[in-house]
Amino acid sequence: MDLLTRAGQALAGRLVRLVLLLAAVATASFALMVHSPVDPVDAYVGGDIAAIGPEQRAQIAERWGLDDPPLERFATWLGNVAQGDLGRSLSFNQPVTEVIGERFLTSLALMATAWLLSGVFGFSLGVLAGMRQGRFTDRVVTWWAYTLASAPTFWVGLLLLYVFSVSLGWTPVCCAVPVGVLADDVTLLDRLHHLLLPALTLSVVGVAPVVLHTRYAVIEAMASDHVTFARAQGESTRGVVVHHVLRNAAAPAVLLQFASLGELFGGSVLAEQVFSYPGLGAATTTAALGQDVPLLLGIALFTTVFVFVGNQLGDLVHARLDPRVAQELGRARRPRWGRGEPGEPLLDPGPLAPERVGAR
Amino acid sequence: MTAVLERPGRRFADRRSRTLAWVGLSVLVVLGVVVAGGLAADAAQTTSLTDRNLGPSASHWFGTDRLGRDMLARTLAGLRLSLVVGVAAAVVSAAIALALACSAAVFGGVVDRAVGWLVDLFLALPHLVLLILVAFALGGGTGAVVAAVALTHWPTLTRVLRGRAREVMSSDYVAISRQQGHGRGWIARRHLAGHLTGHFLVGTVLLFPHAILHEAALSFLGLGVDPGEPSIGILLAESMRHLTAGAWWLAVLPGLCLLVVVTLVDTIGSSSRALLDPRSHHL
Repeated sequence: MDLLTRAGQALAGRLVRLVLLLAAVATASFALMVHSPVDPVDAYVGGDIAAIGPEQRAQIAERWGLDDPPLERFATWLGNVAQGDLGRSLSFNQPVTEVIGERFLTSLALMATAWLLSGVFGFSLGVLAGMRQGRFTDRVVTWWAYTLASAPTFWVGLLLLYVFSVSLGWTPVCCAVPVGVLADDVTLLDRLHHLLLPALTLSVVGVAPVVLHTRYAVIEAMASDHVTFARAQGESTRGVVVHHVLRNAAAPAVLLQFASLGELFGGSVLAEQVFSYPGLGAATTTAALGQDVPLLLGIALFTTVFVFVGNQLGDLVHARLDPRVAQELGRARRPRWGRGEPGEPLLDPGPLAPERVGAR
Repeated sequence: MTAVLERPGRRFADRRSRTLAWVGLSVLVVLGVVVAGGLAADAAQTTSLTDRNLGPSASHWFGTDRLGRDMLARTLAGLRLSLVVGVAAAVVSAAIALALACSAAVFGGVVDRAVGWLVDLFLALPHLVLLILVAFALGGGTGAVVAAVALTHWPTLTRVLRGRAREVMSSDYVAISRQQGHGRGWIARRHLAGHLTGHFLVGTVLLFPHAILHEAALSFLGLGVDPGEPSIGILLAESMRHLTAGAWWLAVLPGLCLLVVVTLVDTIGSSSRALLDPRSHHL
């Protein structure tokens, strides 16, 4: 019972934090949008702007409440958002919630594949490099990860697109489904085929931080007393890694993977642009290019929730893997600045460990 | 140790000197790119309709684009633009980070919490979405991109500096200074400044690569610098249309150059951190 109430309290605390965060993000992004020099009516009407007179303009502005003071508009918008109505997207001519819902599912397939791929590959490479610290394998893997950390996502995407789609013709050049095929006739295999290259792009670029931090954690664990003790008892290197190192190394890797959801989304914006993949990332670009303020605001709120959920999940899984963290979380309910903050020690793992560079 | 004493002639044997040499070389190359980019500004915009869509050759190392413009010149000009944007963004972001971290450490209490809260707020959104929002709010174009990149890169550095500043402020000698009646400003000048300088300089250099890559990303999406200007992002966005026709050089070479420059700047930053770290003497 006691455990249940404590879990409930923790959940409530997290929800309160999320709501406060959302309120802050909503206020800040609305303020940004209000100060944008782009005229929403011009943006909406687009090329036909010459065809409408000042009266019609005034009508549209009045219909949208553009003449009201910003504070009043903000209150109206916030009231609607609280009821789950994010407004209507101008560029897709659909309610924003529908656009985000549909697009996010498409993106989710892409991001989940990339996330799993980069997690598995990054972790294995990191363990391999950490096991062979200072040797040839380690040097190659570290160099590779460092280089990838500085590579622009869209450039990697273009390279893969050229090699596999244009030269070899193994993968399709664009889109999420075959062109000219009815939606009902699209098979799962078709979707996977279209998904492969963008997911590969995202995971190739996203692999770097996981590799470097896993390597660091493995080296640390290999140098610890419990590993020396196990070795003294005659454990083989493989046995040491499997039984004594993997779990230690998994904790930071998992935390990092969950904390990187924001960068993953940023990467998907770029990858979806390269491969014309119709996901939420491409919708973000369309919204910004089409001056679609309601959709942009909706995406800002949605991605905030996305990143927040990722961080919280990371905390939970990290606590499962590392009992010390669970105790810490139990003691101090709110992670304290500079000590409990889970992302921080990872991001600055000492002078010898590499800095994360990730503009996805 | 003994090995070094036995062979005093090998000057570049230790890692510290090699790192220094490497940093110096990287700085030279980066400066060279800036100068070359300035010289290539005219050539980057000169069209020559007889030399359209040529592959790499002796006269055009990087080939030419659909208007016959030399891609090497365009790449250099683009890199220069990237570096200029990177400098502006890194300097502004670093200044913001320093101001926030110092005020958080010096005033403490409410200010400290407000700074922490602001950092959390800026990290709540995916960085690219934040960049798109700010660039959009500023109306797009080159100025908006520079401002957007400059105004959003400070949170991580603020975290690092704030952590360091907090360590210093909770140390014994600061407590003694307080006891002796020194004010906040005096403590900040005499104790805090020296401890933060190294981290601040290195952090500033390490902001560069992020800033450069984000500028390229925004330009690639079409939300960045004006399409007429040769930025690496614009070059790559243009190359997408010709990729299916087999014009690989338009995409591969400018991107590779960007990668090399970013790696170099990153090397400068992380090597200087290793050099400034007192523990690095045994490297």
